[in-house]
Amino acid sequence: MSRKPISLKREIPLLVWLVVVWAALWQDFSPGNLLFGALIAVVVARIFYLPPVELSGRFNLLRAFAFAFVFLGKVAAASFQVMYLAIFKGPRVTNAVVAVPLRSQSDLLMTATGHVISLIPGSLVVEVDRSTSTLYIHGLNIRNSADSDRLRKEVQDTEASLIRIMGSAEEVEALRNDQRQLRETRQLRDETGEAL
Amino acid sequence: MTADASGFDAFIDALTAVFLVAGALMSLAAAIGLLRFPDLMSRMHAATKPQVLGLFLVLAAIGLQLRTWWVWPVLLVAWIFQLLTVPVSAHMVGRAGYRTKHLQKELLSTDELADVVRRAAAEEQAEQDARDAAGSKRP
Amino acid sequence: MKETILIVTAVILTLAAAGAIVRIAVGPSLLDRVLAADVLLAILGAALAIDMAMNRHLNNLMLLVALTLIGFIGSVTVARFVADRRPNPHDS
Repeated sequence: MSRKPISLKREIPLLVWLVVVWAALWQDFSPGNLLFGALIAVVVARIFYLPPVELSGRFNLLRAFAFAFVFLGKVAAASFQVMYLAIFKGPRVTNAVVAVPLRSQSDLLMTATGHVISLIPGSLVVEVDRSTSTLYIHGLNIRNSADSDRLRKEVQDTEASLIRIMGSAEEVEALRNDQRQLRETRQLRDETGEAL
Repeated sequence: MTADASGFDAFIDALTAVFLVAGALMSLAAAIGLLRFPDLMSRMHAATKPQVLGLFLVLAAIGLQLRTWWVWPVLLVAWIFQLLTVPVSAHMVGRAGYRTKHLQKELLSTDELADVVRRAAAEEQAEQDARDAAGSKRP
Repeated sequence: MKETILIVTAVILTLAAAGAIVRIAVGPSLLDRVLAADVLLAILGAALAIDMAMNRHLNNLMLLVALTLIGFIGSVTVARFVADRRPNPHDS
């Protein structure tokens, strides 16, 4: 029992989730039940000790709300796409395993990105390399390198929006720098293109 | 679903009907995908993902029909359980499928993991050889 | 209206269940069968949910959650044992 106790503030998200599950399973949101649920949540969190999830302490509720809608839209669109592929393409479908390097080193963001990507139909995380934070993704209907580039961009965009929701301040800053750089190179290319 | 429903009720009922039929169609899509896709990995896409949307639609239909506020958190918890478990089981099955060579290489246009796996296997082999050599030197 | 929805969804779900059962029977590998069994479980869940929506009750909601968890534990367990059952890791 040499483990460091976790501060209560760190445990709050877990406790809130446990209370919500408790109340939902009883289908009773009365104050008394919530209080009893909170008591049980604290006891359970103390007895069944798990390593704490390293949250960054930042959470943008507005962006999370917007992301939920975008996510639902993507899931719906991609579900119909898989349906179309199953019915019309069937056995002639071509797939690929694509390596996608991520920006963030944090376990939480990698897990969240992998989850979201796995939930959107047409992509599935096959293997994770934590040391280089690379996801290996099996994509449905990837015929050429343009398709795999699109998949890679989609995964990185998903990670970017997750960083904006709950990444640490440094990660948000790094993301901003990245995108400024990208914009500048694109602008430069456009200008030289015009010059030519 | 009463016959003398007002305009709003009729709209809710129609929305429920659309959600239910679409949710059922998602299950059918999963089954068609299971039957028609050529290898384990593409079947996996069809099998796990349309269910997420399907369950969402059907749960939303329940919420629309019951019309009390406290069902929504309950339904949300049920859906979040699905959201948390589906990717994990899909990943586990997919990884097992990749490692036990269920993947049909000729169906892939690129495989960027294969090189990594080959390199790792070579390293492991080299380590094994070194250990064997060291073992044979001092019997 | 109600009967029509019930009949339409019942036909769709029956076809889907038949497809999943065919895949369980055909195989060809254990993982395919696990996947198809998972889909069959999800179809069962959808049927339960449709019944709840049409008859306006929540009696089976916890059964639905339990089904999700059982499917999850089942496929994860099988996937682990399939991955571990290699005779020799160097034979590929």
